[in-house]
Amino acid sequence: MTATAIATGPRPAADGSLLAGLDYAVLQQCMHCGMCLAVCPTYEETLRERSSPRGRIALMRAIADGRLAIRRAFAEELYFCLGCLACTSACPAGVDYATLFERARAEVERRGLLDSPKRRAIRGLVVKRLFMSRRWLRRLGAAMRLYQQSGCQWLVRHAGLKYLLPPSLRRLEPLAPRISRRFTEALFRRLYARRNPARPRYRVGLLLGCVQDLAFADTNADTIYVLQENGCEVVLPAQQECCGSLHAHNGELECARALARRNIDAFAPETLDAIISNAGGCGPHMKHYGHLLADDPEYAERARVWSAKVKDIHEFLVEIGFRPPRGPQRPQRVTYHESCHLNHGQHVSAQPRQILRAIPGLELVEMAEADWCCGSAGIYNITQPEMAMKLLDRKMEHVRRTGAEVIASANTGCNIQLECGRERAGLAVTVKHPITLLAEAYRAEPPA
Amino acid sequence: MDSQTLIARLRSLLRDEQVLTEPEDLTVYAFDGTALLNQLPACVVLPESTEQVAAVMSLAHEQGVPVVPRGAGSGLAGGSVPVAGSLVLCLVRMNRILEVDARNLTLTAEAGALTQAIADAAAAAGLFYPPDPGSIKISTIGGNVANNSGGLRGLKYGVTRDYVMALEVVLADGQVLETGSKCVKDVAGFGLKDLFIGSEGALGVITRVTLKLIPPPAAKRTLLALFDRMTDAAETISQIIALKIIPCTLEFLDRATIGCVEDYAHIGLPRDCEAVVLMEADGHPAEVEEQATAMAKVAREQGAREVRTAASEEQATQLATARRTAFSALARLAPTVLLEDITVPRSELARMVAFIQEAGQRHRVRVGTFGHMGDGNLHPTFLTNERQPEELQRAEAALREVFARAIALGGTITGEHGVGVAKKPFLPQQLGPVGMEISRRLKASLDPRGILNPGKVLD
Repeated sequence: MTATAIATGPRPAADGSLLAGLDYAVLQQCMHCGMCLAVCPTYEETLRERSSPRGRIALMRAIADGRLAIRRAFAEELYFCLGCLACTSACPAGVDYATLFERARAEVERRGLLDSPKRRAIRGLVVKRLFMSRRWLRRLGAAMRLYQQSGCQWLVRHAGLKYLLPPSLRRLEPLAPRISRRFTEALFRRLYARRNPARPRYRVGLLLGCVQDLAFADTNADTIYVLQENGCEVVLPAQQECCGSLHAHNGELECARALARRNIDAFAPETLDAIISNAGGCGPHMKHYGHLLADDPEYAERARVWSAKVKDIHEFLVEIGFRPPRGPQRPQRVTYHESCHLNHGQHVSAQPRQILRAIPGLELVEMAEADWCCGSAGIYNITQPEMAMKLLDRKMEHVRRTGAEVIASANTGCNIQLECGRERAGLAVTVKHPITLLAEAYRAEPPA
Repeated sequence: MDSQTLIARLRSLLRDEQVLTEPEDLTVYAFDGTALLNQLPACVVLPESTEQVAAVMSLAHEQGVPVVPRGAGSGLAGGSVPVAGSLVLCLVRMNRILEVDARNLTLTAEAGALTQAIADAAAAAGLFYPPDPGSIKISTIGGNVANNSGGLRGLKYGVTRDYVMALEVVLADGQVLETGSKCVKDVAGFGLKDLFIGSEGALGVITRVTLKLIPPPAAKRTLLALFDRMTDAAETISQIIALKIIPCTLEFLDRATIGCVEDYAHIGLPRDCEAVVLMEADGHPAEVEEQATAMAKVAREQGAREVRTAASEEQATQLATARRTAFSALARLAPTVLLEDITVPRSELARMVAFIQEAGQRHRVRVGTFGHMGDGNLHPTFLTNERQPEELQRAEAALREVFARAIALGGTITGEHGVGVAKKPFLPQQLGPVGMEISRRLKASLDPRGILNPGKVLD
């Protein structure tokens, strides 16, 4: 034989390695057939095997086996991965790439392979402080709102002041989402609290989200409105936090667990029929709490109850048989972009389209590669701007060819990214959540 | 030449970024789609033109460095697994489709072009490229030619060889050979082109391919027959062939495979029957009607519990697509899947299928069987775990018996995956002493220094 049988089995995880400590069956599940290559954006761009799902898993396994030293190059590769999970949809063998990816990034962080004072400071501030508390996030949101409304942003964007910013900030500035005038709870108190039905069909909690609440409070309000139109009582637990997916995907599993516990306490899942998420990126992580807290004796059971009750808004509406809006309504041409974590992470792909098609006057035009990542990928557009912008430009070209006036998209990160893409491409389209389109249609209904 | 000097010389021929030497890169090119094989190469080269391939080959020849050509690495016999100290020549960046010639019904592409991209380009011109290996979405056309890949449509439309009109091949010493033409008839000289089809990278590096395209069929119908006994399904296929019916596709899945494919694809395959046969007729609408009716009748006569007709084109495509995932989907049942590729004369199908079942039981190994039954090509897949050496040995013992039986029934050890390293020990039994000797002489004359994919196919 010219090739040798490979070392089989992990070393005992004496050094606490999270990769060696993984259930080996998860690593072994990949039989390297390569079916994932066709759907991986980073492989397609580089045509380098290390930037493919099969390659990344082979690296993880080699490290777990002790055949390969864990080094900076591995860490960089893991952060080059979008985490879009297109590979998991393509994988006939059912490899749990999401778990492998989270563990591998956590191991990278545990070893500090990418550590630098600047990175540590930013992560300490953003991941471990800001996104651990909605109170802090709202303060930041208020400050950003002031920047945007006071004319400062206009000066930066149009009067050449951006050249005074350091290059890294100059690059990020266009990605800053437009901050809402009022956040969700304020809107709820003013407009919707009274609209909860007296005899509800279901009692549901809504996760407001971190950035979603700051930038797309109106989408949250529309979600509440749509749920109420369908006979649901909506509750917004005050103590809720960010879902923690940002933390889990960036190697901070302990932060993610802390947030999961706080959310479980805040929502008391036992008292609800469903916990609704309207952001594609939050849903799969929330559905994952049961797994995340499986080893926590105090929370394991409640986390399982929680996970079983989490529903994406589109999934929930289709399950309960939502009411189609009455026509006639004004015609509009809409194309649908699939959030990766809604599609690959939750297998919710048909339902948003079903909702869009139920709107009178709405023509749904499919774009090519609707299920291809837009480059947002959590904070990927900040950490890997070059690749993120390539993906965004590719997406916008497909949008342009549909001639649609609206891009429907159901994830906070995607919607911010697509807004940025719309400006880059100079396209006359608006970006809307499918639920916003549904809410608009309910509001515009002719009298029965 | 030591590897430092080799790498320096390679970097003088190519951009730095095309020569990979980091352990993180070598690790991921150490395997292909075959179970159990893993060997680090010395370096990986990603050429972007025939000239670069020729330059690399000429250097390797001069220095006696082993070269392992590779496309997507989806091979199933270890053909593109590196050998120690080798240079992996990975052609995926040479992926341009150069021409669709609608006047001559040909398509020309670089070797790294994806098979799916070729099928799509042909379809966009209103033409049809029939070979459709299971890995069509990721495999390269160069890899298909080097392994003479088959697929689901092999029964009626043949295999890759039947569509290759011309090749550009870089020889072991870096010379570039152009062989074949766009002419339907061309008998000038020995059939050099044919030597390289199925040569598994051991005789030359295929860099460009000109393929024959055909008009697409006007109509298509897909049937699914459900059986309670495997041998009834096998007998149905033998009967259909004996009645001189040649449909486009006659695929077979056993119970274990059906369950796994359904777990992945969720298309409503029946989990409670022992075998399903996927039958597809295509061509003129009247012929399709006639074939479909006749096949359904045979299936019922052989004891099919039910014969379903795909309701739409979309459903038919779903069935074929799901079938292509069978091999990978079986990995849901066991960590190590040993996929085989025996082929027998179609009159012997029922006997071969029964023997595979029996060999699996005797050696206490789980077997899932699926395959292109219409062309006699079966994929018995032994489900085991590489971390349990004793079980692995039993699986290998069962495999040896299956190979021997296939040969005894007038069959072959590999229908479409190639010999690589996985089937190499069984080749002498298949070819006989004369066949082996001629193969060795051929290899020696085209690759006198033995640098091209050494240790593959032959020792």
